[in-house]
Amino acid sequence: MALPGAPTDFTLAEAREAVAAKKISSHELTEAFVKAVVAARPLNAFVTETPERALAMAAVSDARLAKGEAGPLEGLPLAIKDLFCTKSVRTTAGSNILSNFVPPYESTVTQNLWDAGAVMLGKTNMDEFAMGSSTETSWFGPTVSPWRAKNSDVKLVPGGSSGGSATAVSANLCLAATGTDTGGSIRQPAAVTGSVGLKPTYGRCSRWGIVAFASSLDQAGPMTRTVRDAAILLKAMASVDPKDSTSVEMPVPDYEAGLESGVKGLKIGIPKEYRVDGAPPEIDAIWNKGAEWLKAQGAEIVEVSLPHTKYALPTYYIVAPAEASSNLARYDGVRYGRRAKGVSELIDLYEKSRAEGFGAEVRRRILIGTYVLSAGYYDAYYARAQKLRTLIARDFTNAFRQCDVLLTPATPGPAFAFGANADDPVAMYLNDVFTVTVNLAGLPGLSVPAGLTAEGLPLGLQLIGKAFDEATVLRAGRAIETAANFTAKPQAWWRSA
Amino acid sequence: MSVDKDTVRRIARLARLALEEERVEPMVQELNGILAWVEQLKEVDVEGVAPLTSVVEQRLKMREDVVTEGGNADALMANAPGGEDHFFVVPKVVE
Repeated sequence: MALPGAPTDFTLAEAREAVAAKKISSHELTEAFVKAVVAARPLNAFVTETPERALAMAAVSDARLAKGEAGPLEGLPLAIKDLFCTKSVRTTAGSNILSNFVPPYESTVTQNLWDAGAVMLGKTNMDEFAMGSSTETSWFGPTVSPWRAKNSDVKLVPGGSSGGSATAVSANLCLAATGTDTGGSIRQPAAVTGSVGLKPTYGRCSRWGIVAFASSLDQAGPMTRTVRDAAILLKAMASVDPKDSTSVEMPVPDYEAGLESGVKGLKIGIPKEYRVDGAPPEIDAIWNKGAEWLKAQGAEIVEVSLPHTKYALPTYYIVAPAEASSNLARYDGVRYGRRAKGVSELIDLYEKSRAEGFGAEVRRRILIGTYVLSAGYYDAYYARAQKLRTLIARDFTNAFRQCDVLLTPATPGPAFAFGANADDPVAMYLNDVFTVTVNLAGLPGLSVPAGLTAEGLPLGLQLIGKAFDEATVLRAGRAIETAANFTAKPQAWWRSA
Repeated sequence: MSVDKDTVRRIARLARLALEEERVEPMVQELNGILAWVEQLKEVDVEGVAPLTSVVEQRLKMREDVVTEGGNADALMANAPGGEDHFFVVPKVVE
């Protein structure tokens, strides 16, 4: 473990204060993280490290700070999920097919961060095209969670798909990181690594320049060590962007402003359908505790019903592969990406480039997606799933007539071992049972660390809010954070690995 | 509903995804596992329910029909696996 008070232990808010007060330079801070990233290579959290760029950005930040021209994130080192296109820095989406792709442009979200003064440490590992809940499907090998169960050296997954970002945040390899969430890919890895993860309302962060998976569900968001840090980073990531037609025309509020206002008088909904058979008793226990914490701080707890919850995952596994099969049609070995060698026919070029470039889970989802959109099956699958999506979204609208925020578990269990779900895709999909409903309805969802299992592994609670009400979600999340007082950190075993 | 080997070969062709013959049967099993699981959606009455095509309650944005960028052919070609001058090169398609 790093020494107490080491710069890498800072929260984003603490680092912001220390840099602004000139107690530490961006150069010193960045150098400390660059070293931490190198020392943590056994975790495989980064696909691409960018230390030279980081130190160059830090130098620019220090110059700006000296001139009193600092941006809101001036000089603060971040890690970026390798799904965000970064100009002249390789962007792979965790896939072989993009393993040599160097974008000639910058995603809107990352551009917003650099405009705010942030420093890029590198690009983090992820499940291939964000399809997975364990970061095991990455072409660049799996990321290892910094967490281990008590008295065990069994390597665990960091969740996924934003497992590299979750690991980087949890192991103090960056101040904060970006993630993307299509079915739970920010909230699930955050929960199982003791981190905070926020999926904003669909349309809050621009999707421009983010490698597309399922366009009607994808949303970028912050992964941080504290709720306040999530508020800070979301403010910087979010914008109204003419380059994304689904970016919503609403000003970005100051999410930090109301963070400490408490939950007195707030109505917290407990959706009864989230009590699933076979869930470990620790999940129910932490959920009950969360409700008690909020009640003790003056919130009112109300039971609500989201009757179509059980249909959310199967609906998702029609909608998301359908959109993915369409989005991934662009990878054909012609304009960019990997091309199969020794092919003399055009159709062969497409088929072989794609077969070689995509991993097993991506191929499976492309085929499912192609099937549910194909003539004769469209109505039975895709059209029906879209109607289910209406019913799922309507459930939330009805529930929010009775409450302001919903409280649920974030995941059905703690982190699992590598290969635990290798033989059964559906078992892997069940990791997203509590998170996927939120994507289908386009709502904001926040995962906050709430406690440890008996084995010493983190568990999270999820807060779900009304569309564009991230402020209330963060405020309730802050109340959970205060009560939970989650201070556990993983032992830094990787430093001697 | 379930898929057979011919259906898997057909959708692999539609998806332009080469599938070795020995991978066809395992893929049939994997896809049928997922399809059997999504079958439960059939028990919901969706009569009269409109499909949700967007969660964003705003009209699609319009913009002026003008050129906003261009003249960056070099940058666009930089990642092309086969490229000559400003052309993407593919295997010959006409004799």
